[in-house]
Amino acid sequence: MKKHLNTMFVTTQGTYLHKEGETVQIKVENEIKGYIPVHTIGGIVCFGRVSMSPPLMGFCAENDVAVTFLSEYGRFLASVRGPVSGNVLLRRTQYRMADSKTDSASLARFFIMGKISNCRRVLDRVLRDHGEKIASEELSSASVRLKSSLDSLRQTSDLDSLRGIEGESAKNYFSVFDHLILSRKDEFKFNGRSRRPPLDKVNCLISFIYTLLLHDVRSALETVGLDPAVGFLHRDRPGRPGLALDMMEEFRPYFADRLALSLINLSQIKPSGFKTTESGAVLMDDETRKALLVAYQKRKQEEIYHPFIDEKITLGLVFHIQAMLLARFMRGDIDAYPPFIWK
Amino acid sequence: MYDESSLIPISGLQHVLFCPRQCALIHVEQQWEENRFTAEGRVLHERVDSGDSSDKGKIKITYSLQIHSLSLGLSGIADVVEFHPSSEDKNSFIPFPVEYKRGKPKKDLTDKVQLCAQAMCLEEMLCVSVPAGALFYGQPRRREDVVFDEYLRNETRKAAESFHRLVDSGITPQPVYEKKKCDSCSFLEKCMPLVIGKKRSALKWLEKAVFEGGENFEEAS
Ligand code: SF4
Repeated sequence: MKKHLNTMFVTTQGTYLHKEGETVQIKVENEIKGYIPVHTIGGIVCFGRVSMSPPLMGFCAENDVAVTFLSEYGRFLASVRGPVSGNVLLRRTQYRMADSKTDSASLARFFIMGKISNCRRVLDRVLRDHGEKIASEELSSASVRLKSSLDSLRQTSDLDSLRGIEGESAKNYFSVFDHLILSRKDEFKFNGRSRRPPLDKVNCLISFIYTLLLHDVRSALETVGLDPAVGFLHRDRPGRPGLALDMMEEFRPYFADRLALSLINLSQIKPSGFKTTESGAVLMDDETRKALLVAYQKRKQEEIYHPFIDEKITLGLVFHIQAMLLARFMRGDIDAYPPFIWK
Repeated sequence: MYDESSLIPISGLQHVLFCPRQCALIHVEQQWEENRFTAEGRVLHERVDSGDSSDKGKIKITYSLQIHSLSLGLSGIADVVEFHPSSEDKNSFIPFPVEYKRGKPKKDLTDKVQLCAQAMCLEEMLCVSVPAGALFYGQPRRREDVVFDEYLRNETRKAAESFHRLVDSGITPQPVYEKKKCDSCSFLEKCMPLVIGKKRSALKWLEKAVFEGGENFEEAS
């Protein structure tokens, strides 16, 4: 568990991965590029025209290595799943809770609490560190409004109202998000959240990081035996990983948004690495995508303090810890799901 | 009497005796953590499985024998069973289970109970009595004979019963942190005995982290 397993991102088009003993053999145009022992990886993410042999898929499934196929631009295509693990009791509990309005609401509230709390801390941290350079009034008033959203969460136990509070606070947070961009502001302009497709560079960056995050959260949930498809805040919709989206909420501001911001603010990503298509949708080029993948991996290696379990761990492990805590809550071991709160 | 579909693995006896929560994590929740110790154990077993000598004088040795007992509700594999010629009847053999264990002999009954369960399986399947067996420890290499007396058989029955009760309930017991035990447990990180449990309220923690922690954060800035 302590061992920190890495995700292997395969972006070279035409790559073929197959099983060679206990390793993944990487071939490009019939030329062997290398071998990676399976026990050192926690996941494989394939972008675009990358293929994999069925025996390797089976081997990965058996060894808890999550395999995801994305389009070249990071749109989710498919993932590989092995036989459902033996955690039938846990899954039944999960389904039962998802069927219950009260249970769903209480879980949704935990996720939203984590999210809003972390949104607020992202704003507060920028205020603290760069208060003099930025539109601090707007930021602090947004932070105050987030605080009052947190307060109203306490009094709300109805799922729809909870979703209302969540939507409101997301609007609030993103309304000042552009102020968090501290350098090259005319080149990296944030024009409100746009997803399908992203209409500016910042959105393009954020959306891509969310996709990577979703892969990691999803595989963490699968590893502890939860069904990533059945959510509480995000209701069932075919093909949508509801629970993974639920648990992702607490990581969006702290993990993903801050990563995007630091890439921009520290000039690790060039404005010229993006192109706007005829429809207005913004895409990133190969080089930018690679830089982003490297930065994402690096961020997962960072050590942080986990306030609930009171231990220092790598960020990459946080997804697993949270998935475990969620499973423990469902089994009745703890009286709440403690989302990851950034301190 | 149990039916075949409700048999549970003999190896679980050592888990239920060591810690009921660990037993539930493995056999109810089906979590398995391979650490250095279990990996070593497996390697040791592989060596046993590929044992070469199968005819030591008059003793017949068999490896990896599949066994079960419907009265205990257990099934599993006996690594090594020696068949000793009976002193009374030249044509019959008395099974003598031998179990290989990594490490030193244990003070508690765990290993003996597991061996005894194997003996009781063999008795039930072969309709003979199995009075004794042996434990072989790797560190130092040492063989210890075990007599299956009524006391040990009773302990074995009790362990099998509590194992079945645990699996049937489907409920994982709360952890009880005991330093010596937990620190050597391969489930320590999954079990989280220090943060899980009724004693500590995650709800209170969350309230504090979200509402009070927030204030502190601002004060600090
Ligand atoms: S860590 Fe302690 S309480 Fe938890 S399973 Fe191991 S021995 Fe039992």
